[in-house]
Amino acid sequence: MKILALDSSGIVASVAVVEDDILLAEYTVNYKKTHSQTLLPMLDEIVRMIELDLDTVDAIAVAAGPGSFTGLRIGSATAKGLGLALEKPLVAVPTVEALAYNLYDTKGVICPVMDARRNQAYTGIYRFCEHRLVTVKDQWAGAVTELLEELNGLGEPVTFLGDGVPVFRNTIAEILKVPYSFAPAHVNKQRAAAVAALGMEYYKEGRVQTAEAHCPDYLRVSQAERERAKREQAAEQAASSHKSEGEEK
Amino acid sequence: MKDTLILAIESSCDETAASVVKNGRTILSNVISSQIELHKLYGGVVPEIASRKHIEKINQVIGEALSVAGMTLDDMDAIGVTYGPGLVGALLVGVAEAKAIAYAKKLPLVGVHHIEGHVSANYIEHPDLEPPFLCLIVSGGHTHLVIVKDYGEFEILGRTRDDAAGEAFDKVARAIGLGYPGGPKIDKLSKEGNPNAIEFPRAKIGDCPYDFSFSGVKSAVLNYLNNAKMKGEEVNPADLAASFQKAVVDVLVDHTMLAARDYGMDKVAIAGGVASNGTLREAMKKACEDRKYQFYHPSPVFCTDNAAMIGVAAYYEYKKGTRHGWDLNAVPNLKLGER
Repeated sequence: MKILALDSSGIVASVAVVEDDILLAEYTVNYKKTHSQTLLPMLDEIVRMIELDLDTVDAIAVAAGPGSFTGLRIGSATAKGLGLALEKPLVAVPTVEALAYNLYDTKGVICPVMDARRNQAYTGIYRFCEHRLVTVKDQWAGAVTELLEELNGLGEPVTFLGDGVPVFRNTIAEILKVPYSFAPAHVNKQRAAAVAALGMEYYKEGRVQTAEAHCPDYLRVSQAERERAKREQAAEQAASSHKSEGEEK
Repeated sequence: MKDTLILAIESSCDETAASVVKNGRTILSNVISSQIELHKLYGGVVPEIASRKHIEKINQVIGEALSVAGMTLDDMDAIGVTYGPGLVGALLVGVAEAKAIAYAKKLPLVGVHHIEGHVSANYIEHPDLEPPFLCLIVSGGHTHLVIVKDYGEFEILGRTRDDAAGEAFDKVARAIGLGYPGGPKIDKLSKEGNPNAIEFPRAKIGDCPYDFSFSGVKSAVLNYLNNAKMKGEEVNPADLAASFQKAVVDVLVDHTMLAARDYGMDKVAIAGGVASNGTLREAMKKACEDRKYQFYHPSPVFCTDNAAMIGVAAYYEYKKGTRHGWDLNAVPNLKLGER
């Protein structure tokens, strides 16, 4: 079985091809160039390098969020275009789960943290149990302090990884009471090889989508929708308090 | 001769669109998924919401364009895609999708300038139209007066110094409570009003007689509304809409006629969303008839954003040998004539 994987959810752009338990090729770049310019040339490079016939791929796996909204869409649109043209299914791999999968069979819990701005992180809590990734707490967008209290409650050693590590390092040192460590450079950011390997597991479980149906999971609504909901809520409250005042009279 | 078939994709603003175009002039399909209803809630296009909608719809729209045309990707000779100008997040969806399809099917990729697409919309229903001709492009984001010297070759004579014509329509429509999108609503309301009821300014730019400015007339409308409100006077919205529209249309027609005369152009075309405005069409048609110019305009469906026009433009670019690489990026402020 052959999986082609893409990850452009964060600052890293990464493409990989995994066949069964062999990583045929992986190309990962952590540099400022935009994913829109790099992702497809990177794929083209590895396809030529391993003389890959794209028609032999079983599925296209993509890091499907959370992450940079634009980055996610570049990855998803690329995957959808490939899926449409090659008539192959897609496997949407949650970004945070794929990050956790980098740290296969690590003891204690694994906690990927991605910088979600506004003092928040995209995060989740995972562990390996009998060599399988188990979700302790599913990925969510929330305050780092909330995450750290959760980890204190679990009382187990934690391994952190992700682009949020440098951002939250001081807060972690301040609040966390359990032993912790940070994953090293080769496994501490998004890697398409992890998306491919985990994607293969999901594919075997039947967790596939059509290219048409696939959409990223942003974990957040847009700012305009958030503000509109707030306005509507305020208006509703004003209306209901007005109403109850009226009833009292 | 073998037919040349192009699959074109457009996602620069709030329409997700795909089309199959044969030999640059025959539209085999033209599928548009509009998001207008969604953006009405916000009084204008919200870029993040537009981008999210594009990714939801794009494969469905492309699939429909192919099936309506009765074709598959294997029949295509090239993929055309709008890569600017427009909303960057929205453009990126179409660009990434088009690149992936072209790459997987080993097809040439042709990036298209959105405005070049609008101009090319005129070729669809006018098989006789060929460059050179003068074209006025008016939409929510653009106001350009250009000479189309050859397919894909432009000389820009004039452009707006501030608001685009369509933008002025949207802002005035909002001020009189008509909602979004403003153009069609003002056009409709104007039919019940007197275009000479209120005198609004017609801006002239001293150093470039072909340039436009619409912020003055927009401000004049807003001031008029404010003054009336302070004095407690009733405003007739139909008269206001008709007078505003006339002020904008007069300037658009005058500058176009001036350019046609100065450059000896006897073929005049209009393009872009505002080109479906009834008053503009009538006025431009009459002005052209008076001067014995040929007048061209696309049907409304080809005036608003669509992929058919992108496919037409892509065809002529393809014939000229324009090819883009897998590193093609969205360029939100792409200049006309740039590659």
